[in-house]
Amino acid sequence: MATTDVRPEPLEAREELEEIWEDDPGVPGFFSTVDHKRIGKRYIYTCFIFFFVGGLIALVMRAQLAGPENTVLSAQAYNSLFTVHGTTMIFLFNTPVLAGFANYLLPMMIGTRDMAFPRLNAFSYWIFLFAGVFFYSSFLIGSPPDGGWFAYTPLTTKPFSPGVNMEFWGLGVAFVGISTTVGAVNFIVTTFKLRAPGMSLNRLPIFVWSMLVFSFMVIFAVPAVTLAAGLLELDRLFGTAFFAPGAGGSTLLYQHLFWFWGHPEVYILFVPATGMISAIIPVFARRPLAGYLWVAASLVAIGFMSFGVWVHHMFATGMPALALSFFAAVSLLIAIPSGVQFFAWIATMWQGRVRFSTPMLFALGFLLVFLLGGITGVMVAVLPFDWQATDSYFIVAHLHYVLNGAVVFPIFAALYFWLPKITGRMLGERLGRASFWTMFIGFNLAFFPMHILGFLGMPRRVYTYSSGLGWDSLNLLVSVGAFAFAFGVLLTLINFAVSMRRGALAPDNPWGADTLEWATSSPPPDFNFEAVPVVASRHPLWDQQPLPVAVSGDDDATRALGVPGAREHTTPVTGGLRAAPEATMHIPEPTVLPCILAAGLAVFVTGLLVQAVVVGVAGLVLGGLGLVWWAWRTGEQ
Amino acid sequence: MSRMRHAAAFAWVLAAVLALTACSDNTSALDAHGSEARHIAGLWWLMFGLAAGVYVVVAGFILVAAFRGRRREPSGSRLRPNTFIAVGGVVVPTLILLVLAVVTVTTTGALRKAGSDPLRIEVTGERWWWSVRYTGRAIVTANELHVPVGQQVQIGLDSDNVVHSFWVPELAGKVDTIPGQHNVLRFTAEKAGTYLGVCAEFCGIQHTHMGFRVIAESPGTFERWATAHASPPRQPASELAAQGQVRFQALPCAGCHTVRGTEARGTVGPDLTDFGSRATIGAGAVENTPENLGRWMQHAQSVKPGALMPNLTLSDNDVRAVVAYLESLR
Amino acid sequence: MTATAPPMVPTVPVAPPAARSRGRDIGWWGMVVVIATEGTIFLGLLSTYFFLRASAPRWPPAGIELPELPLISVFSVVLIASSIPIFWAEAGIRAGRQATLRIGLLISFIMGAAFLGHQAYEYSKLTFGWTDNAYGSIFFVTTGLHGLHVLVGLLMNLVVQAKAWSRKLSSDRHVSMQVFSLYWHFVDGVWVFVFASLYLSPHLR
Repeated sequence: MATTDVRPEPLEAREELEEIWEDDPGVPGFFSTVDHKRIGKRYIYTCFIFFFVGGLIALVMRAQLAGPENTVLSAQAYNSLFTVHGTTMIFLFNTPVLAGFANYLLPMMIGTRDMAFPRLNAFSYWIFLFAGVFFYSSFLIGSPPDGGWFAYTPLTTKPFSPGVNMEFWGLGVAFVGISTTVGAVNFIVTTFKLRAPGMSLNRLPIFVWSMLVFSFMVIFAVPAVTLAAGLLELDRLFGTAFFAPGAGGSTLLYQHLFWFWGHPEVYILFVPATGMISAIIPVFARRPLAGYLWVAASLVAIGFMSFGVWVHHMFATGMPALALSFFAAVSLLIAIPSGVQFFAWIATMWQGRVRFSTPMLFALGFLLVFLLGGITGVMVAVLPFDWQATDSYFIVAHLHYVLNGAVVFPIFAALYFWLPKITGRMLGERLGRASFWTMFIGFNLAFFPMHILGFLGMPRRVYTYSSGLGWDSLNLLVSVGAFAFAFGVLLTLINFAVSMRRGALAPDNPWGADTLEWATSSPPPDFNFEAVPVVASRHPLWDQQPLPVAVSGDDDATRALGVPGAREHTTPVTGGLRAAPEATMHIPEPTVLPCILAAGLAVFVTGLLVQAVVVGVAGLVLGGLGLVWWAWRTGEQ
Repeated sequence: MSRMRHAAAFAWVLAAVLALTACSDNTSALDAHGSEARHIAGLWWLMFGLAAGVYVVVAGFILVAAFRGRRREPSGSRLRPNTFIAVGGVVVPTLILLVLAVVTVTTTGALRKAGSDPLRIEVTGERWWWSVRYTGRAIVTANELHVPVGQQVQIGLDSDNVVHSFWVPELAGKVDTIPGQHNVLRFTAEKAGTYLGVCAEFCGIQHTHMGFRVIAESPGTFERWATAHASPPRQPASELAAQGQVRFQALPCAGCHTVRGTEARGTVGPDLTDFGSRATIGAGAVENTPENLGRWMQHAQSVKPGALMPNLTLSDNDVRAVVAYLESLR
Repeated sequence: MTATAPPMVPTVPVAPPAARSRGRDIGWWGMVVVIATEGTIFLGLLSTYFFLRASAPRWPPAGIELPELPLISVFSVVLIASSIPIFWAEAGIRAGRQATLRIGLLISFIMGAAFLGHQAYEYSKLTFGWTDNAYGSIFFVTTGLHGLHVLVGLLMNLVVQAKAWSRKLSSDRHVSMQVFSLYWHFVDGVWVFVFASLYLSPHLR
C-alpha cells in the first residue's frame, strides 16, 4: 500500500481548520449551529433539567405517600403530578437523553465529521425543546395534564376530562414524536452511509448497533403513539368518535395503539442503555467484549420481538385467554436475548481484570438491578400472576427497576465515562463513588419494598391510603429511599459543577478505551477528524497502533477522506459491506432554518391548543415557508 | 463463596417477609382465600423459588467475575465464552421459561372457567363507587358483595363511563370494566371472611376511594342475607327515622338515590336500600358512623373531593332525621 | 474558541481502501426511512379501520350507504397513473433531457391535482360527517391524511419544477427529483391500500 507523505497538521493549520468549522459566536451561533456535538450536549443538558424536575415531582409524591391520609397534596394535584412525572421521564428525559448521547458520540465512533443530516439534527433538538416547554407551560395556567402518562380513554376524552389539561399531553406527545422520528432517520442513514472506510457492520461498536436497533424501533413504533395521541386530540378538539363507545368507537382501540408503541418504547430505552454498558465494561475489564456477535444478534432479536408483546399491558382487559397466551409466550421468550447479553458481560469481566472506576461501579449497579427487574418482568409475563400484579405496586417496582435502574444507571455510567471527552474535564472519583453508593442503596430502598406493597394489595396511582392495611412502614421506607436516591443524584450534579470549574484536564483517552471517539482531543475539535481513520478492527485504538488515517484522493469518492476534506467542510460517504468510499458529502453551513421551522410547528400546535385558527394557520405558513426554503437549498449543491 | 451465602440468606429473609404478608389483615394476595388467588399464590411461590435461585447464582457470577481480577494476575481464564453465553444465556433460561410456560398454560386453564351453577352478580364501575346487582334475585346494593363459600361466583363487569378494574386480592386476580364491553370474572370463595377490594385502574380524581368489600359467608348465612335483602326494608322503627324517611324523599336525595319501597328512585348515586349495614361511606372514604354520615351529607366535597355528591345545605333537624333513617336501613 | 491540540494518539497516513461506484444519495436513503415511518402511520390507520369494523354490528353503520365506486375508481386510476409521467421525467433527466423533466412533472401535477379536486368534491357530496360516528371519523381521517400527503407532494412537485426551470438539475445531479419521485410513488402506493380497504372491501361482504 503506497503511503503519501502527509504529516499531521501543525497547530497553525489546525487553527485555520477550526475557523472553517466553528459556529458564529453568541446568540446567532446558538440558534444556527448544526454541529452534532453542540446539539448532543444541548440534548443532554436539557434532558437532565427535565430529569431533575421529574425527580423533584417524584419526591413531592413520595412526601405525600410517606404516611397514611397525608395532606401534602390534594387528589387533583397528586394525579397531575404522577401524570407529569411519567410523561417527563419517558418523553422528555429517558428517550431524548439517549438520543443526545448518540448525537454526540455516534459520528465520532464511526469516524466521521458530522451526521448525515446536520440541519435535521438541529431541527430535532428544537422540536424536543419546544415540545417540553409546551408541555410544562400547562403549569403556567394551572392546568397540568392529569389523566396519567398513558392517558387511557374514555377518562381522557372530553366528557370526563373537560379541561384543557389533556391537550398539553396529547398535542405534546404527538409533537415530540417528530423529534424522535427525525433523530432516528438521522442515526440510520448516518450509520449506513458515513462510516469510516473499513468499518464493516461487524466492526461497528455495539453502542452503534444499539442505536441502529433503537432507530428502527422508533420508525415503526412511534407512529402508533402519534395515532393514539392524535386521534385522542381529534376526538377532544373536533368531536370525532374514535374512542366514543356509544358512537362505534372503541376503548380498547386506544390501548392497542398506545401499547403497540408503549412496549417497544421501553426497549427503545433499554437497548441503547445496554449499548452503553457494552461500551463501558470491556474498557474497565481491559479486554474486548466477549460474544460480540451474540450481543449484536440479541439486540436485533429484541428489536423484532418487542413488537410482539404489547398486549401484556392489557392482560386484565378481558380478552380471550388464547390470544393473551400468545403474548405471554413471546413476553417470556424475550428474556432470552437479554440473558445472552448478561452472560456476555459476565464473560467479559471474567476474562478480564476489572478496575472499579466510577463508570464501572454504575455498570455493576446496573447489572444487579437489571437482573432483578428482568426477573420480575418474566414473572409478570406469566398471565395469571399478572392478573394479581398488574396495576399494583408490584408493577411500579418492576417498571422502576427496568426504566430507572436499567436505564438511568447506564446513563450515569455514560456520564462518568464520556463527560471527560465532552467537557475536557475529569469528574471526581470520590464524589462519583459516593454518588453511586447513595444512588444504589437509595434506589433499592425506594423500589424493592414496592414489590411487597403490591402483594399487600396496594394499587397504583392512589394519592393516599388508610392506615391499618399494613402499608404504612413500607411506604415510609420507600419515601426515605427516594430521598436518598435523589441525594445521590445531587452528588453527581455537584461533582459536575465542581469538575467544570476545577476538574483535572482530561487527556484524549483517560480510560484507555478502544473506539474512535477517544482518538480525538478532549473536548474534540469541531471537525472531529482532520483525516478520517481507516478501520481494520472492532477495537481500532487497541489493535491499530499507530492509527491509520486516510489520505485524500483526487476524485469525488476519496476527496473528503483526508485533510482537504476537512478544509472543504465535507465528510466522506461510504457504502457496501466494507464501507468503501463512494462520494463526498458537503456538510451544511450553520443556519437558523431548523429553528424557524420548529418554531412554526410549535406555533401551529399552540393554535390547536387555544383553538385559534389564525394561530394555527400562521404556524403552518411559517413552517411551510421554512420547509420550502429548506427544500430549495438542498440536494443539488 | 461468602457472597453467595449472603445472597442466599437474603433470599430466605425475603421469603419470610413475603410469607408474613400473608398474615396481614386485609388485602394480601398471598393470603389466598379464593380459588383463583390460591392458584396464583402457589404459582408465585414456584416462581419465587426459581427467581431466588437465578438471582443468587447469576449475581454470584457477576460478583465473582468482577472481583476475581483483584486477587492476582489471572493467568488467563479457562472460561469458554461461547459455551458460557450459550448455556447461561440461552439453554438454562429456555429450560426455566419452558417450565413457566407450562405452568402458565396449566394455571390459566384452571381459572375463570364457567361452573355448572354459579351465583350471578352484575357489578358496574361508577365514578367512584361500585354498583352491585344480583341477577334473578332483585337485590341491588353498592360497594359490598355477599357471596356463599364454596359456590362459584360469576361477576359480570361493566362500565358506562371510564375504565375501572375490579380487584379483591385475597380472592382473585383483577378484571377491568371497559365501556362498550362486557367482562366476566369467576372465582369461588373458600373461606368465610370479609375481603377488601379496590379499583385498580386509574379512573379519575377519586380513583383512590373506590374500595369495596366481598363478604363470604356460609351458604346458610348467605341465603338469610339474600332473602332479607330481596324484600323491601321494614318501616323505620323510631320516630326520628320515620321523619327521616319522609325528609329523604322530599329533599334532593331522592333525585339521585334509590331506597326500594319508597318514592326515592334516583339512579345517579348508589342504591341506599341497605345502607345501614355498610361498613364505609363513599366507597371507603370514611367509616360509616352517624357523625361521618352527617358530615358526608353536608360536606361531601371535603370528605371526598371531586365526588359527584354535592355539598348539601341542610337544617340540623333534617340531618339528624335522615342520618337516623339511613342508618336504620339494614 | 481556543484552538484544540492535535490528538495524542499517533497516526500514520495511508491510502484509503478502493472506492466503489457512487450509490444512491443520502437524501434518497433518508426519504426511504421517512416512507417507512409514514407508511406505518397508514398501516395503523387501516388497522384501526378494520378493528373498528370488527367490533361494529353493522358496517357502514345504519344510515350510511356503501361507498360509491364509479367516480373514485376513475380518479384512483388517474392518481396511480400519475406515477408514470414521473418515471418518464426521471428517466429523462437521467439522460439530460430537461424538457422531459419539466413536462413529466407538469403532467403528473395536473393528474394529482385532479385527484385532489375530486376528493374535495366527494367530501362535499358525502352524507355523513367525521363527528357522526367512528365510521365517519376513520373514513375522513384516513382519506384526509392521504389527501394531505398528496397536497404536500404537489407542493414538492412545484419546488422541483421551479428547480428544473432554473436549470438546477442535471443528468448526474438531480437528487431533488429522485427524492420527490420516491415520495410520490409512495403516496400513490398508499392509495392502493386505502382504496382497497375503505372503498372496495365493504362491497365484498
